[in-house]
Amino acid sequence: MPSLNLPLKRQLQTLLLKPWALGLSGLILLFGLWAAVAAAAVVDPLFLPSPWAVLAAGQQELAAGQLWTDIAASLMRVLGGFGLSALVALPLGIAMGSSTTICRLLEPLLALLRYMPAPAFIPLLIIYFGLGELPKILLIFIGTLFFNALMIMDAVKFVPPELLETALTLGGHRSDLLTRVIAPCIAPQVLDAYRINMAAAWNLVIVAELVAADAGLGKRISLAQRFLRTDQIFLGLIVIGLIGLLIDLGFRFLMRRSCAWAN
Amino acid sequence: MELCLDQVSKSFGEGRKASLVLDRISFTMQTGQFVAFLGSSGSGKSTLMRLVAGLDQPSSGSLSLNGQPIRKPSAERGMVFQKYSLYPWLTAAQNVAFGLELQRLDKQEIRDRTAFFLQVVGLSDWAACLPRQLSGGMQQRVAIARALAAKPQLLLLDEPFGALDLQIRESMQEFLHDLWCRTGLSILLITHDIEEALLLAQQIHILAPRPGRIVRSLVVEHDGSDLAGLRLSRPFLNQRQALAAEMRQLDRPLA
Ligand SMILES: Nc1ncnc2c1ncn2[C@@H]1O[C@H](COP(=O)(O)OP(=O)(O)O)[C@@H](O)[C@H]1O
Ligand SMILES: [Mg+2]
Repeated sequence: MPSLNLPLKRQLQTLLLKPWALGLSGLILLFGLWAAVAAAAVVDPLFLPSPWAVLAAGQQELAAGQLWTDIAASLMRVLGGFGLSALVALPLGIAMGSSTTICRLLEPLLALLRYMPAPAFIPLLIIYFGLGELPKILLIFIGTLFFNALMIMDAVKFVPPELLETALTLGGHRSDLLTRVIAPCIAPQVLDAYRINMAAAWNLVIVAELVAADAGLGKRISLAQRFLRTDQIFLGLIVIGLIGLLIDLGFRFLMRRSCAWAN
Repeated sequence: MELCLDQVSKSFGEGRKASLVLDRISFTMQTGQFVAFLGSSGSGKSTLMRLVAGLDQPSSGSLSLNGQPIRKPSAERGMVFQKYSLYPWLTAAQNVAFGLELQRLDKQEIRDRTAFFLQVVGLSDWAACLPRQLSGGMQQRVAIARALAAKPQLLLLDEPFGALDLQIRESMQEFLHDLWCRTGLSILLITHDIEEALLLAQQIHILAPRPGRIVRSLVVEHDGSDLAGLRLSRPFLNQRQALAAEMRQLDRPLA
């Protein structure tokens, strides 16, 4: 019945043209492949646990309250470290972007520090601050501060001088420029910088927990390795990915809401 | 209002790398006058405008408004740029109100003046639109309204229509001419467009490049009551052609 089939095909086509459609089908395809390989039992389930085994592990950890504790522990560290970094990077980046002196003074230093891999600071941080929360938070702080600051600096440097000068010719004072022109102008780029560097913060918290922690998603993964619980490792990876994605979407949402003019 | 430039020179850079951009510019203009500077790109027009606006300091010579030396930007000299003329995060009305808020006027006054000047440029219906929702011509009209709302003694326009399509540019020229006739503003316009300068200004200073200097000043005398007709009239076209030849001559040594 081609007359019935045609609209269906059309509908499918328009559905596939939606921006998220292809991405979603890619995901579904991957899961299907995973389920198929697991069902065919061609790979040792120790190496490749089936999706339902991972789901079961998830239910188990949920029931034990373990999953929430881990998520909360990792999330708190990310929020603490990244929040601190965002807070310090904002004035630092703005100062570097608007003053050539400060920029010349700090840029080489930040550029150098930026190339030192943050995880390489872990031994030092442990020696200084032990195994508690502080070294983990500081790791995320140093691991993201320089990126945040340099990206904010760039945003400030790219504020069109005409916008600043217009304010001056309208009777504005130099002290008005920061709050009335620079801040609203760089807001979208700042949010975007935070969104991008949040991914690094999320990576670093896992690294920190792999080394030493009593709770956290990274900690769970390294424990699971000791007991060859690949299902728990898979679960951990998926949860980490999902939370990262949620944070990313959160930033995008915030951006759309607060900086509609920039879209 | 009297704007007076006396032997104003400007060079950028230091020592051997210094380059002279403006060479001993002198002129005066009075209240209600429409004066244009005409020059090819790179002849130092924007540099001159920035000096008058107070955004930059001359290397030598002096600028004054009403006898007071110009030292820094001020709301008495409003400026409209060619690009990035509006704040993209503010609506048309908020853009117009921007300068008034910077001057910390009271709310009612800001609201009244904003509405009034949006009406002056014919954009009352677009008050709530963001700049990106407006055409290039509308954006420049908002920028002009914003400058006017601050009640400047002198309006500085740096190639305000340079980025617009030809047709929109023509209608904007008519708009500006009409605005000038209605309000008796003092306008200093900078342009590389010969027709624009001839149509709008009463007095034109021709700027030769490298270094920028006034080579000739002419007073324009024609009936500006019908710009569209004037554009196509014989005497106007002849004058325009003669000026074009003169401008080409100025750029010749370069080629
Ligand atoms: N801040 C600056 N530093 C160095 N050179 C400049 C600066 N501003 C303008 N110039 C130079 O001055 C000349 C004239 O520039 P400008 O005033 O922008 O010309 P126009 O507006 O007529 O196109 C150009 O050669 C430009 O390179
Ligand atoms: Mg210019």
